[in-house]
Amino acid sequence: MVDTSPSAAAVRDFADEQPFLVVDDLRVHFPTDDGLVKSVDGLSFELRRGEILGIVGESGSGKSVTAQAILGLHKGSQAKVTGRILLDDQDLVPLSENEMRRVRGDEVSMIFQDPLSSLHPFYTIGNQISEAYLVHHKVSKKEARQRTIEMLQKVGIPNAAGRYDDYPHQFSGGMRQRAMIAMALICQPKLLIADEPTTALDVTVQAQILELIKELRDELNSAVIIITHDLGVVAETCDQVVVMYGGQCVEKGAVDDLFAQPEMPYTWGLLGSMPRMDRVRQERLTPIPGSPPSLINVPKGCVFNPRCRFSDRVEGRRCFTEHPDLLPTTSTTHEVTRHEVRCHIPPEERQQILLTEIRPTL
Amino acid sequence: MIRFVVSRLIGMVLVLIVVSMVTFLIFQAVPLLAKSSPVYYYIGKAPATPELLQSLTHRFGFDQPLPAQYWSYLAGFFGKSVTDGTSAAVQCPFPCFGYSFRRNELVSTLIGQALPVTISLAVGAAILWLIGGLTVGTLSGLKPGSLVDRAGMTGALAAVSLPIFFTGPVALLIFVYTLGWLPDNNGYVDITQNPVGWFLSLLLPWICLALLFAALYARLTRSNVLETMNEDYIRTARAKGLDRRTIVVKHGLRAALTPVVTIFGIDIGGLIGTTIITETVFNLRGLGTLSIQAIRDLDLPVLLGVTVVAAFALVIANFIVDVLYGFIDPRVSV
Ligand SMILES: Nc1ncnc2c1ncn2[C@@H]1O[C@H](COP(=O)(O)OP(=O)(O)OP(=O)(O)O)[C@@H](O)[C@H]1O
Ligand code: SF4
Ligand SMILES: [Mg+2]
Repeated sequence: MVDTSPSAAAVRDFADEQPFLVVDDLRVHFPTDDGLVKSVDGLSFELRRGEILGIVGESGSGKSVTAQAILGLHKGSQAKVTGRILLDDQDLVPLSENEMRRVRGDEVSMIFQDPLSSLHPFYTIGNQISEAYLVHHKVSKKEARQRTIEMLQKVGIPNAAGRYDDYPHQFSGGMRQRAMIAMALICQPKLLIADEPTTALDVTVQAQILELIKELRDELNSAVIIITHDLGVVAETCDQVVVMYGGQCVEKGAVDDLFAQPEMPYTWGLLGSMPRMDRVRQERLTPIPGSPPSLINVPKGCVFNPRCRFSDRVEGRRCFTEHPDLLPTTSTTHEVTRHEVRCHIPPEERQQILLTEIRPTL
Repeated sequence: MIRFVVSRLIGMVLVLIVVSMVTFLIFQAVPLLAKSSPVYYYIGKAPATPELLQSLTHRFGFDQPLPAQYWSYLAGFFGKSVTDGTSAAVQCPFPCFGYSFRRNELVSTLIGQALPVTISLAVGAAILWLIGGLTVGTLSGLKPGSLVDRAGMTGALAAVSLPIFFTGPVALLIFVYTLGWLPDNNGYVDITQNPVGWFLSLLLPWICLALLFAALYARLTRSNVLETMNEDYIRTARAKGLDRRTIVVKHGLRAALTPVVTIFGIDIGGLIGTTIITETVFNLRGLGTLSIQAIRDLDLPVLLGVTVVAAFALVIANFIVDVLYGFIDPRVSV
């Protein structure tokens, strides 16, 4: 719902900063009765402090599973997590549940997808937020209460002191989302993960929530990951974007690069299915035909091949036999956040298709 | 809160009125269907002469219209003098359920004797099955598939499949008659006279009755715990960095055990029906055996009385559960 033309001024270059979070070849596999579900399969990205990364993709592409892996929430379950998740140079993957506790909520915190089910129905909003503060700080309950009320004020809840003792069901959807944000930020995390923080909210509240996240980023210089279905949110808020499909990254790069020169057919599909304000009365959104891939029997070759309109442009049926690597594009303009694409179509041809076949329809 | 309590109390009174009305009608209808006089069922035998029948019919008010009879039954509940069927009038104070001609006793006296037995049995068993069922269910639910889980659920399966009329005699045979660990006092021992004897006399009945419920509660608790620990808010609790104990006890069990409260209230309230077999097996003279005896003897006044008491217990238990629920789950507006 926003203009997605790259706004060059908005994008910071993080070239001279050390990455704060490095996700390297992350795999999260769930053994089930039907087979091994490869929810995340070889995902890598880097994030610096003060930077906002967007993860986009259709439902079931592995976004939430990735986020939960960073917080170590798969520990103690059947899930097999491999690869490295370096937070400030410490690998979180081998940590035990108990060691992970100190990181959770304090250094890394998360705003969950569905605030109503993610808040406990039996405890007051105030109780649940101050609890998050009390685990990591040796303060009295009274101080925690004070701090919680400040936090609630900060996220824009009117009459915060009065609503401290309200239960989640007494809050509206937007307010619950704000309460979730207050809970995630009360310990001033260095990394904030927001899983679809604006879904199901109306446009004004949506804009306010995103603004809030950006303000808090500025204030704490935290790294932020925003998970969303909505490329508009990415264009509006993020510095860097990872496009996920079937548990893999299919395209990533700095937001300005990616919107100026999207090169993967799946990304084109996402762009085509995105509602845009500046379009004259929507000539119909074109959703990507077909359905997301099975994560148990992942398609051979390119994961996107069953739905791809362009697989016949690649010689020798390579789309169906050979898994494409994630390779830098020729158009990368950022040093550290290189624009990379996973597709067999040669770069010049991709740019040609974008120019002649895709751009005119967007 | 006050409005809730008042409206629930009014509801309870209505339920009790309806229950007493239905029971009353059934007991009136039985003699009519059998084409005989209710007097027969009231005194439990045929009156000697037609004149006596007539005079008794008049004395009991069976010649009055039904509503008037019901009304005098209701009003009599708060105390009246009742006839013992032959000559003398007996004073019957509140709560008066009438007079049992078969036993030559006030019904309230009979119930008063039986009630402590049933309550002792019910409360003791309830404590046992709550502790057992919740513990096994929680441990199993927290670690599904573990050794504890498998042992617990196998035990629960065995316990639900074994009826009390099997476990009871077997337990008696082993612990009383063979091993002699428990005294053979054949029945209930009054708690005020001999607390230790009371405890020992009820130990086996408690265990046998509790075993069945503990098994059901263990399964219910297990599935609730399992479901709750997969809730989004448990993930949130973990994401805050809370320790395992706080997550399980504060966030998990509070939600998982709440539905158990409802079931528990209903089970406790309806226990009078369930204790019948246990009372029979262990020769405890509680409400269960009292009502069985009354059915055998066609002792209508006693049956009416026990039914109303049982309905009262159920209604009260439900009321307590509703109030408790309002405290436990803030989404239920009380
Ligand atoms: N515990 C689990 N066991 C088996 N499969 C799982 C488990 N958790 C997630 N999955 C599977 O992993 C895939 C990715 O799930 P994920 O929640 O990450 O999707 P998502 O990208 O967040 O989608 P959405 O946009 O709908 O939130 C889904 O197909 C899901 O069924
Ligand atoms: S590799 Fe082939 S199937 Fe995959 S996106 Fe590129 S063209 Fe389409
Ligand atoms: Mg998700």
